[in-house]
Amino acid sequence: MQTYDIVIIGGGPAGLAAAIAAKESGIDRILILERSERAGGILNQCIHNGFGLHTFHEELTGPEYADRFIRQAESLGIECRLRTMAVDIAAGEAAPVHTVTAVSSTDGLVQICARSVILAMGCRERPRGALNIPGFRPAGIFSAGTAQRLVNMDGYMPGREVVILGSGDIGLIMARRMTLEGAKVHAVAEIMPYSGGLKRNIVQCLDDYGIPLLLSHTVTWIHGKDRVEGVTLSQVDENRRPIPGTEQFYPCDTLLLSVGLIPENELSRGMGVTLSPATSGPLVNESLETDIPGVFACGNVLHVHDLVDYVSEEASAAGRHAADYVKHLGDKSAGTPFPMISPASKRRIPSSSERGIPLTAEHGIRYTVPAFIRPERMPSKLTIRFRVTDVYRNCRVCVCFDDIPVKKKARRIVAPGEMEEIRLERELFERHPVPKTIRFSLETQNDEDTQDFKEGR
Amino acid sequence: MYDIVIIGAGVSGAATARELSRFRARICVIERGEDVCCGTSKANSGIVHAGFDAPEGSLMARLNVRGNQMMEVLSRELDFPFRRNGALVVCRDEQMLPALETLRQRGVQNGVTGLCILNREEVHSMEPALADDVCGALFAPASGIVCPFELNIAMAENAAVNGVEFHMNTEAEDIRRTEDGYEVLTNRGPLRTKCVVNAAGVYADRFHNMVSETPLHITPRRGEYCLLDKTTGSLVSHTIFPLPDRDGKGILVTPTVHGNLLTGPTAEDIPDKEGVCTTAEGLSRVMERAALHVKGIPFREVITSFAGLRACEDGHDFVIGEPADAPGFVDCAGIASPGLSASPAIGEMISELLRKRLNLEPNPEFIPYRKGSPRLSSLPFEERNRLIRGNPAYGNIICRCEEVSEGEIIDAIRRPLGARSLDGVKRRVRAGMGRCQGGFCSPKVMEILARELRTGMDEITKAGPGSAVLKGRNMEWL
Repeated sequence: MQTYDIVIIGGGPAGLAAAIAAKESGIDRILILERSERAGGILNQCIHNGFGLHTFHEELTGPEYADRFIRQAESLGIECRLRTMAVDIAAGEAAPVHTVTAVSSTDGLVQICARSVILAMGCRERPRGALNIPGFRPAGIFSAGTAQRLVNMDGYMPGREVVILGSGDIGLIMARRMTLEGAKVHAVAEIMPYSGGLKRNIVQCLDDYGIPLLLSHTVTWIHGKDRVEGVTLSQVDENRRPIPGTEQFYPCDTLLLSVGLIPENELSRGMGVTLSPATSGPLVNESLETDIPGVFACGNVLHVHDLVDYVSEEASAAGRHAADYVKHLGDKSAGTPFPMISPASKRRIPSSSERGIPLTAEHGIRYTVPAFIRPERMPSKLTIRFRVTDVYRNCRVCVCFDDIPVKKKARRIVAPGEMEEIRLERELFERHPVPKTIRFSLETQNDEDTQDFKEGR
Repeated sequence: MYDIVIIGAGVSGAATARELSRFRARICVIERGEDVCCGTSKANSGIVHAGFDAPEGSLMARLNVRGNQMMEVLSRELDFPFRRNGALVVCRDEQMLPALETLRQRGVQNGVTGLCILNREEVHSMEPALADDVCGALFAPASGIVCPFELNIAMAENAAVNGVEFHMNTEAEDIRRTEDGYEVLTNRGPLRTKCVVNAAGVYADRFHNMVSETPLHITPRRGEYCLLDKTTGSLVSHTIFPLPDRDGKGILVTPTVHGNLLTGPTAEDIPDKEGVCTTAEGLSRVMERAALHVKGIPFREVITSFAGLRACEDGHDFVIGEPADAPGFVDCAGIASPGLSASPAIGEMISELLRKRLNLEPNPEFIPYRKGSPRLSSLPFEERNRLIRGNPAYGNIICRCEEVSEGEIIDAIRRPLGARSLDGVKRRVRAGMGRCQGGFCSPKVMEILARELRTGMDEITKAGPGSAVLKGRNMEWL
């Protein structure tokens, strides 16, 4: 069986950045498994600009951004198998070696030994079926990403008269793209009272083209038996229930859906990685390591990001941690369990104390990544990424060690569509007694600004 | 001049065609859809019922029990997935426990074997996910699950291989009596035939009433369903029914043969024979009712919802046979639930009737076997590798959710009565049937279809004429 130090599942932005960082940390035997015919992942269909402002301090298109990483990986001699799909990962039991099963036309079904695995499979779009939108099931209903691929990669228009449900970033980008390519986008409906996308996308993709954004609206009927003939949009109340009497018919031949992204964790679940109900991604510690030792996660498989720059940054960290893990294994004789792990536990899943101090998401915070911190393992500054549960103005992000506030960060405005971050310094753990939990919450005021923001955007 | 024209390539029409292909006869099946299995047969529970529901002495009861008995052999002959997972009719009210015994006795009368009543402890140990207030159940080990598409497609393919003609996109518009039989007028011209089998689902009353003075009346009864992701398919291992009420068997919760969890159907009589839309009320009802007898159904894992129409005849039974005033015209009408379960027996019954009427001789070339295409993801390691070495397209995964390779999709297109649309591919090999619902694979499946059918991408449809997926090229309208 082929053996690698690190096998990376997915050659998108996360997988590439993780591979490069691991290689630069001194690990040679690295393999990327990528199911499509080119590396770069979903970036390849994101032909709009706006990528790389943080990483490269310039505006790139998606393929350009991906290309920089692909070239770097190539120049470092990192092996990337294209058109190869990982179909199973079996967590090692006796020895800290995992078995990845992959399939391709050229190699058939193969098993690969991995001392460490980095999960970088990305995410998928929530389909129509997950929303229970009533009506018929005609042609002409696409998730925004599928439409993006058809238009940007294949040169085909999935529709001419378009309504978009959901104001996620891909939907907003596609409203602009469809318009530029000659379609008419009649409206973007969003069930929430605020957009799920980045503010800059609302301005640049909707406002600039005069496309109305209908907040607190949803599709309540799909018309047409063979092909979409129109949709009924209704206003919803505060419980997201359609308000009778507000129905409005929009003739259209196409409905695009941009109603959420779901991390693709079928392989992770299959190998026994514990997932977070809040993110649908693995629960990881400060080293982005899951509860199976040597298995790391980064990018959209871990939690859905807004900006690829943060994916790259996070994935680089995962690559470095995986490299450290492998080097640490190398110090010991082969087969010795990772020292942090109790050898008595058969599946070698760490107990809670070994996993570190849990981070809890409280008032106004939906989740944090990581979910655990081992203070002795953290770098001098650790970035905690999180999302909020609602739109809040003039609030403060509050970090408490149990009941003791240790850090506060003021924010003028926060929204669920924009990922937030806060840095924790290691010295906090030196200045304060080691807590049982690290609590994250928002200090909010009940001001009317929040409501104004929601209604007027 | 045909011996027999069968109207409808649903499960009844396909079963009849397959049974009749055992005999020497010129037979054709006309189907208004673009594929077999396009109507009621594609949107149902996929349950092979044990047969305790239908009233004693009814045709439904007899054919259900017989169809259930035939299904195992048929699944081996025709290579489609069928599993006897057993069913539980659960009771949540101590007062209603006697109803289970009534059901059991009816089942025994109908000839169902293995029925037994389970007490609270027994039923909860069999199915830990049952609601806490379930206090007893009728266990029917003979009940099974089948893939409705594969059952229908397998029977049709086998009929086609044995010489039955299939004409898709062919809609019967009128039927006239002639001196030596019937003339079926279709959108693609007239067909003359000695006999007609009317397996037209919710439209069977319309065709019957064209030739007979004794009217039939079929009411479409809509059933809405929610299908959940494969991560949830092991929540229950048996098919769970509530106690039946006057609307039918109630909203069930069942694993599917492919490992999903399915809940439904509602039962709503509607006037529209095309009303296969879901409704907000219907889907809420499915979720509320299902949650009454099974706890912890993760409805956030719903991947799709759909609706089908049962063809309910006013007499509440299958109507199979010739009307007194229309010899040679064989109704196969009112095939509501348990129509799928009964289908092999329905085919057998109609075939026997026509054999006698037309004095049909056995077809010496009849092949009872059909081999499905390989399903790579379910094969052992070495076997899978051997196939990939022989055909590298089997190693190229197109549908990641269901792990379907390019080779399997090509097979689905090239087989007898092969797929011509995205839905046709989906029903045959499940590409697009998984949790992303074709989000990733549909553009690739369209490319494969266009290549195999030697047509343009813009010709590819979701489900036949009028449902083209694409509208044009970039910038075409600028």
